[in-house]
Amino acid sequence: MILFLAYAAVLFSFLSGLLALLMRQRCSVIKLVHYCCTKRLDWQQRLDSWLEQSIYPQRIQQLSFMLLGIAGVFAILAGLGGLISKQVIIAQLPLGLPWLPWHVRFDSLSALFYLIIGIAIFAVSWYGPGYVKDNNEQDHPFLVLGLFSGLFISGMLLVLLADDAFFFMIAWEMMSVASYFLVAFQHENSANRRAAFIYLIMAEVGAIAIILAFGVLASFSEGGAFTFEALRNATLSDTWASVAFVLALIGFGMKAGLVPLHVWLPEAHPVAPSHISALMSGVMLKVAVYGLIRFSFDLLGDIQWQWGVALMILGATSALGGILYAMMQPNLKRLLAYSSVENIGIIFMMLGLSMIFLAKGHPSLAALGFVAALFHAFNHALFKNLLFLGAGIIQHQVHSLNIDDMGGLIKRMPHTSKLFLIACMSISSLPLFNGFVSEWLAFQTALQVGVLDDAVLRSLIPVMAAALALTAALAAACFVKLFGVMFLGLPRSRHAAKAEETQDKGMLFSLSLLAGLCFLFGIFPGLMIDLLGNVAQPLIGHGLPNATAAGWLWLTPVAAEKASYSAPIVLLLVVIAGGISYHYLRRDPAVALRESDTWDCGFGGITPRMQYTCSAFTMPFRRIFAKVWMIDETIEKQPGAMPLQVTDIHYQLHIEDHSWPKLYQPIERSVNRIARSVSRMQTGNIRVYLSYSFFTLIFLLWVIS
Amino acid sequence: MSILLAMIQTLLFIALAPLLAGWLKGCKCHLQNRKAPSLLQPYQDLLKLTHKQPVVSKDASWLFIIAPYIIFSATVIAISVIPLIAVDLPTAASADVIVLVGFLAFARFFLALAGLDVGTAFGGMGSSREMTISTMAEPAMLMAVFTLTMTASTTNLSLAIGHVLAEGLELRPSFIFALFALILVAVAETGRIPVDNPATHLELTMIHEAMILEYSGRHLALIEWASQLKLMLYGVLIANIFFPWGIAQTLSLPALGYGLLAILGKLAILALVLAISETLLAKMRLFRVQEFLSFAYLLGLLGMLSHIILEAAR
Repeated sequence: MILFLAYAAVLFSFLSGLLALLMRQRCSVIKLVHYCCTKRLDWQQRLDSWLEQSIYPQRIQQLSFMLLGIAGVFAILAGLGGLISKQVIIAQLPLGLPWLPWHVRFDSLSALFYLIIGIAIFAVSWYGPGYVKDNNEQDHPFLVLGLFSGLFISGMLLVLLADDAFFFMIAWEMMSVASYFLVAFQHENSANRRAAFIYLIMAEVGAIAIILAFGVLASFSEGGAFTFEALRNATLSDTWASVAFVLALIGFGMKAGLVPLHVWLPEAHPVAPSHISALMSGVMLKVAVYGLIRFSFDLLGDIQWQWGVALMILGATSALGGILYAMMQPNLKRLLAYSSVENIGIIFMMLGLSMIFLAKGHPSLAALGFVAALFHAFNHALFKNLLFLGAGIIQHQVHSLNIDDMGGLIKRMPHTSKLFLIACMSISSLPLFNGFVSEWLAFQTALQVGVLDDAVLRSLIPVMAAALALTAALAAACFVKLFGVMFLGLPRSRHAAKAEETQDKGMLFSLSLLAGLCFLFGIFPGLMIDLLGNVAQPLIGHGLPNATAAGWLWLTPVAAEKASYSAPIVLLLVVIAGGISYHYLRRDPAVALRESDTWDCGFGGITPRMQYTCSAFTMPFRRIFAKVWMIDETIEKQPGAMPLQVTDIHYQLHIEDHSWPKLYQPIERSVNRIARSVSRMQTGNIRVYLSYSFFTLIFLLWVIS
Repeated sequence: MSILLAMIQTLLFIALAPLLAGWLKGCKCHLQNRKAPSLLQPYQDLLKLTHKQPVVSKDASWLFIIAPYIIFSATVIAISVIPLIAVDLPTAASADVIVLVGFLAFARFFLALAGLDVGTAFGGMGSSREMTISTMAEPAMLMAVFTLTMTASTTNLSLAIGHVLAEGLELRPSFIFALFALILVAVAETGRIPVDNPATHLELTMIHEAMILEYSGRHLALIEWASQLKLMLYGVLIANIFFPWGIAQTLSLPALGYGLLAILGKLAILALVLAISETLLAKMRLFRVQEFLSFAYLLGLLGMLSHIILEAAR
């Protein structure tokens, strides 16, 4: 039954892609309709008028997203079913290679990621129709968008179902290649084509690393079999296990966006349509996390503590690097993309913590770290989707993604701004929202470091906890900047001054749904953590029996006397304190508010240009963490008489990632150099080519004889 | 009974915070050869402000109006989990010390947003600086607090202080590092000299005052009160974590009375120390604050490492 639901989710997302193919086939559709209901003329007429020429494209779009929504519902049901029942379902599909049918397995880990994807595509299905409605069908055909979205989503779902390496890679490639076309969707800009190309190269290099990792495992499995069952039973020496792990880390890390493999992320996410960037950032990165968990915790099995240390250090670098780069971005979607790098880094840190505790023989603490990582993955999917979808709405209104063109939107777009605020508070890990709970769990895990015997690890983990604390504080600063510059203050551009709240109910509903879930899981995290314990149980061999032992109000990850958190009680206290102060102070109408001009020091004439901008806000950070970026800051002053006019000064700021010049450009240069030296073989002279063939022939004859 | 006590304790905390501010101001005045205002002056100021009609900029949004209430209640939640006069505090279980830091961040988040809301350069300046300083201060504070929680192996503040009391007077190097780290953080977070000058209204130097420049009337009263609460919060944290003696461990009336006297005495001494240091020191340049706070961070980290290496070794 659960497997049937899971199949249905794949099928419906696939169908939604296929349906988009009918975008320009109105005549054939009408013919088909006529053929199908020759007997019921009234149906025919109704369908005819429903599919009228002018609204036909919209109908197809709506139907396509509706199918996606149904797929989402099925995925949510399958995920919840799998998580609650804790069943492991194994099946085979008569597809694929003749001697290797596709093996399918649906366990609680797959179920959790099914749930994440389900929620995300359900939200997107409500958002999509309003978002693509105004697209120009000639330049940006829905046919392409819908088809590849369907393939992309079904690819992600199939990755979660795969139980052999071949099937896994086929699904993985389907996901990568389909998402390439989505990134390249708005291909009229050369920057977008470049972004898509970088994405494709990195996705394929990552895929090669994953294939090699599977290959290493398979060469130790019985008879070289590629089913996960056989890979699970393979016995590897420590060295080979580490080789496989490193390959998998490179492969999945490239997809997940670990620093320094993250460079495709800030290029690809801003150029894709918003609901696609939401899916890529919120969900596809999680599929990479799934891949790494499946590979290391499930297939490799014997975790070594060194892997945990590697994951923690890489994770901490990604978290700090990601948020510091995010802070400097004036482009909204680039900022969100970098913030995804940060959150993936946090997830990897928590996984590393879990690995260390597991390898050192503390499964209950390992389960705690593992649950923290999974919960953060779940939370990140919620609030990052919300942020990207909100960014899409704002982009439609302001016609720009530059934060410095916005401002004052809180008054123009009251609903979007509230929902966006909730997302900002969740991602800044403020209490009462879901992001806080996962970080709290991570701190609780890290504080149990005293049980370890190794002095180096005992000192390393607190340093990592410090890095996590710094990341959280930087994230808060970054999102204060984001919300403040975008929504508060005075409008900085004409479009921002004229922006209006979106009229599409579906778009607002999808945002509200995600915001509601952020708040719900912030107040009742126990709901999810119990389910996540079921995921940890088979993989780590230990659940979280104590997490909600003290009742549904309380969250006690280790034991009640060690640490407890009760968000409902805290919420109640907040409401009481806020309510009393509000009621007491507001009751006298004689001292109601008086509106007046803003204080302008008596000079008069405050203009929007006097406000703090994005780069002004982050200026102290730029000075303090100057080494992190490549900052190119120039101030040009026109020589002239005093006093200087504002127009005489030209300020330019350009900030770049270190990883391009330090890592990728050398690689690019050496590839070019090798290519050039190889190209010397190609003289363009036919006699030389003939002699190549001749010598090759002689060489081959020598080899054969 | 203990829940009632928790409520009384929170109310007492809220009521005493302006008194601490008044005492601090009085000490500073005496040290600087000025005539001190009455100890009760902060109460009169708050009362006056609540009766004034607030003037709100016409460019302000709903966030500007609601922010003071959020800031005040978030700070109240933070103080409600700190043992003031008695160790046994049931509210400490619902929110541990990490949540406390979280609620301080919550209040700061809205304070910074409110600074950006009206769209003046002052507000942005204040918000940007406040977020910079808190970014450096928050991890340092967590490190200092983690030293305590790892010693007591609980993040529940009430249980942790109980643990320190049960251990008795013992010289722990980690606690000395953590104490200094927390003092430095407290100075930065409450906007005292040498990081920020609470008495300044000079645009180039102010941080906290720049953010709340547009506030008036009851809104200003709430924000002022919240920052007084925050000052007392750090004072009580330092006093009760590192010098917990005197705090009531039973719920008998004499013990509670003794506890109240003890905390008042400890706070008075701490405020006197702060007043002396504020008189002796000058305000730092803004870009020296990072060095100050990274030093606090380093101390916190050293405290934690010395706990792990020296004290928890087996």
